[in-house]
Formats: sequence, structure tokens, C-alpha cells
Amino acid sequence: MGLPASPQPDMSAPQPFEAKKLSELPRVGARAAPLLKFGTGETGDRIFKSVMMLCGVAVLATLVLIVFELVLRSGPSWHAFGLKFFAGRDWDPVNESFGALPFIYGTLVSSFLALLIAVPLSIGVAVFTTEMCPVFLRGPLSFFVELLAAIPSVIYGLWAIFILVPILSNYVEPFLARTLGWTGLFEGPPYGISMLAAGIILAIMIIPIISSITREVLMVVPQHQREAALALGATRWEMIRIGVLRNARAGIVGAIILGLGRALGETMAVTMVIGNRPQIVKSLFAPGYTMASVLANEFSEATGDVYLSALIEIGLALFLVTIIVNTLARLLVWTVTRGQPASAHP
Amino acid sequence: MPENAKAAVRHSVPPIALHRRITDHVMTGLSIVTVIVVLTPLFAIFAYLVYRGVGSINWAFLTQTPKPVGEAGGGMANAVVGSVFILAIASVIGVPLGIGAGIYLAEYARNRFGDAIRFTADVLNGVPSIVIGIVAYALVVLTQRHFSALAGGVALAIMMIPTISRTTEEMLLLVPQALREAAYGLGIPRWRTTLSITLRTATSGVITGIMLAFARVAGETAPLLFTAFGNQFWNLRMDQPTAALPLQIFSYAISPYDEWHRQAWAGALVLIILIVFAVAAVRFAVRRGTFGAA
Repeated sequence: MGLPASPQPDMSAPQPFEAKKLSELPRVGARAAPLLKFGTGETGDRIFKSVMMLCGVAVLATLVLIVFELVLRSGPSWHAFGLKFFAGRDWDPVNESFGALPFIYGTLVSSFLALLIAVPLSIGVAVFTTEMCPVFLRGPLSFFVELLAAIPSVIYGLWAIFILVPILSNYVEPFLARTLGWTGLFEGPPYGISMLAAGIILAIMIIPIISSITREVLMVVPQHQREAALALGATRWEMIRIGVLRNARAGIVGAIILGLGRALGETMAVTMVIGNRPQIVKSLFAPGYTMASVLANEFSEATGDVYLSALIEIGLALFLVTIIVNTLARLLVWTVTRGQPASAHP
Repeated sequence: MPENAKAAVRHSVPPIALHRRITDHVMTGLSIVTVIVVLTPLFAIFAYLVYRGVGSINWAFLTQTPKPVGEAGGGMANAVVGSVFILAIASVIGVPLGIGAGIYLAEYARNRFGDAIRFTADVLNGVPSIVIGIVAYALVVLTQRHFSALAGGVALAIMMIPTISRTTEEMLLLVPQALREAAYGLGIPRWRTTLSITLRTATSGVITGIMLAFARVAGETAPLLFTAFGNQFWNLRMDQPTAALPLQIFSYAISPYDEWHRQAWAGALVLIILIVFAVAAVRFAVRRGTFGAA
């Protein structure tokens, strides 16, 4: 009749990293200098500071340059199609008629599919590593999960083409068609190369990001929240649900959005398995196309100004969406890890 | 007495309802399952990489250029060299700029302007690599009028800078203020302190940041598609299209030929080994270096 396995009370308290403010430094006086071989260093300091500042400004300039180039080069397409560009379903380079809707659709559907698969898995892994697993497993486990993030995306694509897609077309898709075919989401021939394959490979790729940030957020939840829940007689899971997950909500949402940002812009692996056909079809077995993969496939072959600028306009849209998504996510994660801890009573 | 007290306490704790205990066990089980599900693809990828790759790597693969379709043999030697070449260009541009920006952020810009740069660096980190490719195309390829190794290097450098500058900044901030003050006390100018004391102390952390950025861009394919473009032959000129390992893997993987698929796996294995080897080598060199100096 004892309590179920007791939780680990030995989690180290979070150590928020605080930047020390540089105090105003005493100038090396000219009169003190003659004994030393360094001069006053005034000139050297000034030069050094401005060179370093140039490097810093280069970061700003890069972003400005990206925006400038994208806006400038997408001009012809903007003038030709205006806002209709994002509502048109027609992608016809021969007749120079371009609409980006199938790509936007493909990007959104594949990314949301990826989130649908990745979110429960990543949160599960994060909860397991912070709250449940034995201490000696904690390090290796997070190392392995983060190793997933180090694999180049072209290798994910290679693996997906030769291993994942055959598995999908031989086993998974026929099974889904039999059991869930009535929903209309899983119909048509099971070729394997499909929106579904893209969603799955994207999920595998974004799991490390979501789970490592979720883990960080969970670690910041104050230890006494857990202890309080346990003291009230909660089981371990109830403690995690009430004391940990609820406190970390905003941060977890931030982690998920950050994962979404990665999924939206991911190019190579998706291009290799999605089938690259600009169409809007309900079935996940059908091939699709994403904004990033149309750029990968057609950019170097684009002939004609309007064609090229239509592609660049897709790039601009992708850029803006990922910036908005990433900013939102950073703010959410930041409120949890840097701001006031969720606890009201210190 | 303690016996009695214990018994009393045990008695006063009501038993936990069955459904709560079941939920607890089910959720524990589920989270173990998620770990297994997440780690399976990782092991599957590495297993296949080694299994398919080792069988396909041979001397010809590492020393020859690609053969035309239909002819057996040939290799990716030019792509390996091309990748190293492009990465070298990227590092020459990206590393000094990144470190410089990091120094500026840590030592001079603890203010609003610094925050703007920090935020920009984070935003740049999230920009899809293919978009970076477009910008490098517009900046370099359109001015040079053809695809080039330089354009590929610029694209990868843009991707390296944010990571390097942010980690450099963090590492410099970890250096105790007292060290800087001691140097100022000796009359050493500020720039010299930053370079010889602060940066020197943080070397290993800064190198880690550089390797992180390097490993990230080494496998990048998307920004090279229309900058470095790829090449079937040897090239070591900055202004010519250049083969790169990830590009070659991509084009072989989506080809319909078994021989090329085999080579794609071999290329993938070589790419992973190259990344791991480069990171390990630099770490080793740095450790030797700092110990030697100390």
C-alpha cells in the first residue's frame, strides 16, 4: 500500500545565467604609462572598438540586405499578380501564370502533420528525461536525442527515400487505408512518396528541437512546486501534470512554435519524399509540393524575369512567416526561462 | 514509541485510489514508449548509414571523379575536395566576423543597440537556409554572372555568423571581471586585454561555438543548390561552379540508378565521418595548444 515509486527530489535548482554588467573602466592615465611598454592604447582601443563594431553591424546589415534583396527581386512578380499571387492555384511557367496557393497549402499541411506527430513524442521524451528516468540515463538520453539534430537534412532525405517510403507504401499506408480510409484523408494508391512521408520525416527532424527546449523549460520549474504537489498526496503523474506541465505551459508552446518554424523552412528531406506536384488534394497519400521545395527544384532552372521573381516572392513569404513564428516562440520561451518564475510565492 | 508513531502515520495516509495509480503507471509507460519511438529512427539511420555506406566505399570512390551514367565505378573525390574548399571559404569569411560581433556584444554593447544585434542574430538563425541561398544568388551569382564556389561560401558564412557570435558572447561573459581588471591594473590597453586575456581564457568555449556552426553548415544542401551548383569535374577556382558532397548525395539519391544510390550512401557516410573528424581534430588541436601555452 506504499506510495508509488517516489520521484527524484534531487533535481538541481535552475541556475539562470546572469550577465554581469561591465563597470565603467578606469582609463589608463597617460602619466602612469611611461614605465610600461604599452602606450596609453587610446588609438589602439578606438580602432579595435570600431572594427569590432563593424562586425556587429555586419550582422544587422545581413538581415537588412536579405530583406532588401528579396523585396527588390520579387518586384516584377508583385507587379504582375499582386495579392492574387497567394490565392492562385495555377503554376504554369510556360504561360507565365503563377499562383502560390498549392505550395502554401503543402508547407502548412506537412508542417502541421509533423507537429501532430512530434509534439506528443517530444513532450513525452522531455518529461521522461527530467522527471522519471534514473539520473545516470539522463545525460546519454539527451545526448542521443540531440544527436538527431546533428544529422544533415540530405541524409534524412536519403534514409527516407530508401527506408521510410518503402515501409510506408508496403505496410503503413495500406493499413491506414483499410482502417481510416472512410475519412478521406487516406485514400488513393499507396505509393509512399506523399504528404504523409514528408510529415513523418519532418516530425523526426523537429523532435530534438522541441524536446530539448521543453526539457530546458521543465528544468526551470521550481522544485517546491513538485514537492507541494507530492505533499498533497499526488501520484507522480499528477505531480507532473499539476506541478510541472501546467507551470511550463507558455514555454512548451514556445518550443512547439520554434519546431514549427524549423519545419516550415526545411527543404531537402521534404523535397526528396513529397513528390513535388503542385496540387491541393485532401488525401495525405497524394504527392504535394512545399514553398521551400519549389525553390530547391526550380530556382536554378527558372527562365524569364517573372518566373524567377515569382520564386523569389515565395522565398520572401517563407522568410516573413518564419521570422514571425520564430519571434513569437522566442518571446514565449524567454518569458518562462528568463522572466519571473511561474511561482507566486517565493 | 517511534514504532507506534510510524504505524499511526501509515494508518492516517489514505490509500491511493486504484484509477489514480493506474493512470500513473500508464503515463509512465507511455513516456517510456515515446523515448523508444524517438530513438528508433536515430539508430535506424546510423545502422543503415554504416551498413549501406561501408559496403560502397572503396578506393575508387575516394580518388575518382563521377563517371557518366551507365558506366560502373567512379567516385566523389572532387565533391569531397569541393566541400572542404567551400567550407574553407565560409570559415574564412564567417569566423572572424562572428568572433568580432561576439566581442562587440560582450565587451562594448551591453545596451539597446547590442540587444538589437542579439535579436537580429537570433532571427538570422531561424531564416530557412534556402532563403539564404537566394540572397547569396542575388548578391554574388548575379554580379559574377555565373555559379561559383565563392557564392556557396558566402551563403554558408551567413549561416555561421549568428551561431558563432552568440556563443562567443556567452563565453566571453563567463570570463571573470577580475581578470580584465587585473590586466587594466597592469596598464594593458583594453583591446590587448580583450584579445590576449579575455578571448584567450574563453578559447575552448569559442572553438566549441565555431565547431557547432561548422557542423551545422557542413551538411547544408539547400543554400548550395544555386550558388556552388555542383560540378562533375575538379575545380579549385573561387569563380567556378564547384561540386559539394551534400549536393552530390542529393542528385544521386533522387536518380533512378542503383549504382548511384550506392554511391549516395557512401557519400553520406563520408560526409558524417568528415564532420565528426573535423570537429574532433580541431578540439584536439585546441586542447594541445592551450596546454602547451599554459
